[in-house]
Amino acid sequence: MLDVSNILVAYGEAPVLHGISLAVNAGEILCLMGRNGAGKTTTMKAIMGLLPLSAGSVHLDGEDISALPPHEVPKRGIGYIPQGRRLFSELTVAENLEIGLMVRGGGKKVRDRVLDIFPRLRERLGQRAETLSGGEQQMLATARALCIEPKLLLLDEPTEGLQPSMIDQIRQVIVEMKMQGVAILLVEQRVDAVLSIADRVAFIENGRNRDIVDAATLRKNHALLTRYVGV
Amino acid sequence: MDLGPYLFLASLEGAVTAAVLALTAVGLSLVFGVMRVVNVAHGEFFMLGAVLAWWVASLAGGHPAIGFALAVLVAPVIAGAIAAAADFIVLKRLDYDPENTIVATIGILYIIQQTVLMTYGPDARPVEAPFSYRIYFPWFGYSAYKLFVIAAAVAILLGVWAIMARTRIGLVLRATQLDRETAQAFGIPVERVYALVFGLGAGLAALAAVLIVPIQQAHYLMGGDPLLLSFIVVIIGGLGSLSGTVVAAIIIGMSDGIISVFFTPTLAKIIATLLVAFILVFRPTGLFGTRSA
Ligand SMILES: Nc1ncnc2c1ncn2[C@@H]1O[C@H](COP(=O)(O)OP(=O)(O)OP(=O)(O)O)[C@@H](O)[C@H]1O
Ligand SMILES: [Mg+2]
Repeated sequence: MLDVSNILVAYGEAPVLHGISLAVNAGEILCLMGRNGAGKTTTMKAIMGLLPLSAGSVHLDGEDISALPPHEVPKRGIGYIPQGRRLFSELTVAENLEIGLMVRGGGKKVRDRVLDIFPRLRERLGQRAETLSGGEQQMLATARALCIEPKLLLLDEPTEGLQPSMIDQIRQVIVEMKMQGVAILLVEQRVDAVLSIADRVAFIENGRNRDIVDAATLRKNHALLTRYVGV
Repeated sequence: MDLGPYLFLASLEGAVTAAVLALTAVGLSLVFGVMRVVNVAHGEFFMLGAVLAWWVASLAGGHPAIGFALAVLVAPVIAGAIAAAADFIVLKRLDYDPENTIVATIGILYIIQQTVLMTYGPDARPVEAPFSYRIYFPWFGYSAYKLFVIAAAVAILLGVWAIMARTRIGLVLRATQLDRETAQAFGIPVERVYALVFGLGAGLAALAAVLIVPIQQAHYLMGGDPLLLSFIVVIIGGLGSLSGTVVAAIIIGMSDGIISVFFTPTLAKIIATLLVAFILVFRPTGLFGTRSA
């Protein structure tokens, strides 16, 4: 489904990604791991077309989406849950969802389905996003992306700063999406969370690909984790 | 005349100033809020509105109301289209860098001003008001057209508010203002939004000028004062806050009108500028601003 091949990305003069490649299939969870500053967020932004590629390409179902203008990329069915949530802070919950729905013309049915997953949001539709609790904000960021009815979901550290029950709820949503055949690229620091839901894990280090391994292998052998993320 | 009626007259004059200023400043504020661009050429789009109004009115002939109505429709659209083109040709290429766009809009200011001087000439030319009734209060008569200007400005501002708060376009503009990158990640064509906003801001200035030109005459240097006053208003109101801008325009416009009637227009400008200096020192985010820019 998603095919990232050998992308190079620089911020101004400073190169950050030196040729990252990865592929995610429908109904698969690929976890991206690496130390702080390894280039995980940069990889996601590059997939979304928010950063120009110096080389390489990104294909979605065979279409070269790196050639599209950035605002066309999500319309191909990519839901992005950015690091730090990046909600439209002064807009209400309903308005944040509306922005998500507008991407692919999702109607009331899509909205209802998303709100059924996060009933807490339904009680707070008129509340400004910035006044939500951290957990509610993460729900909203996730809900906003689901309003696209994505076939590919990019989640950048969705459990950052959340308590266990909330983490569990986000995880259930991710697994549910996988069951429905959505391809999922997940950046996650917490090893237990990764090992329990990932199908494969791709390690990156200083903007370069390292091993890509099955999660099952990793569960038996922690050596790679020690090497790339120091746990 | 007693003080009471005299103050009433001064307030009416102030309200006319406030109305036109609010329209102009909201345009400037919108552009700064969404695009983070300080548009130094804003006053020239105001001037373009007035000059285009004269042009349209003189082409139309017939009853002055016909020319005026055409000017209201045509002048803001042309000014807005020129602004959108300037955005596309110049500002976009600078990647909307805050400092470079200041220099660029200074350049646009001179291009517009000199082009108008070369084509329209150095004369001040009047546009006839669409109607010339006077309304008679017990103490003095007053131009009904000036009251119409106040009402029209209020209606237009309500329209802008309704668009921003109630429509999809408004939602898209607010989202882009809050987080440009995330807006893009949710399918919002930010470049088109910017061209639209720059055109809309210029169109509001031009519309304000069309309203004022039957009172003030069109001249190629008339953009200076509205630019200065709009900056004052936008700073006092809090950068990028539309409601703050309107409140500040009422404060500055009313006091400008009242002080001009009782004392001199120069004193009014001095006081307004002083007010800005104090606000910059004691409340840099403006009276209603929440974030520092
Ligand atoms: N806008 C930017 N301008 C310049 N350099 C940047 C910018 N954004 C990120 N970088 C640099 O790019 C590198 C990779 O950053 P990135 O955010 O992709 O890391 P990450 O793997 O997501 O880290 P973390 O786990 O801390 O979120 C870092 O060295 C960072 O300093
Ligand atoms: Mg990151």
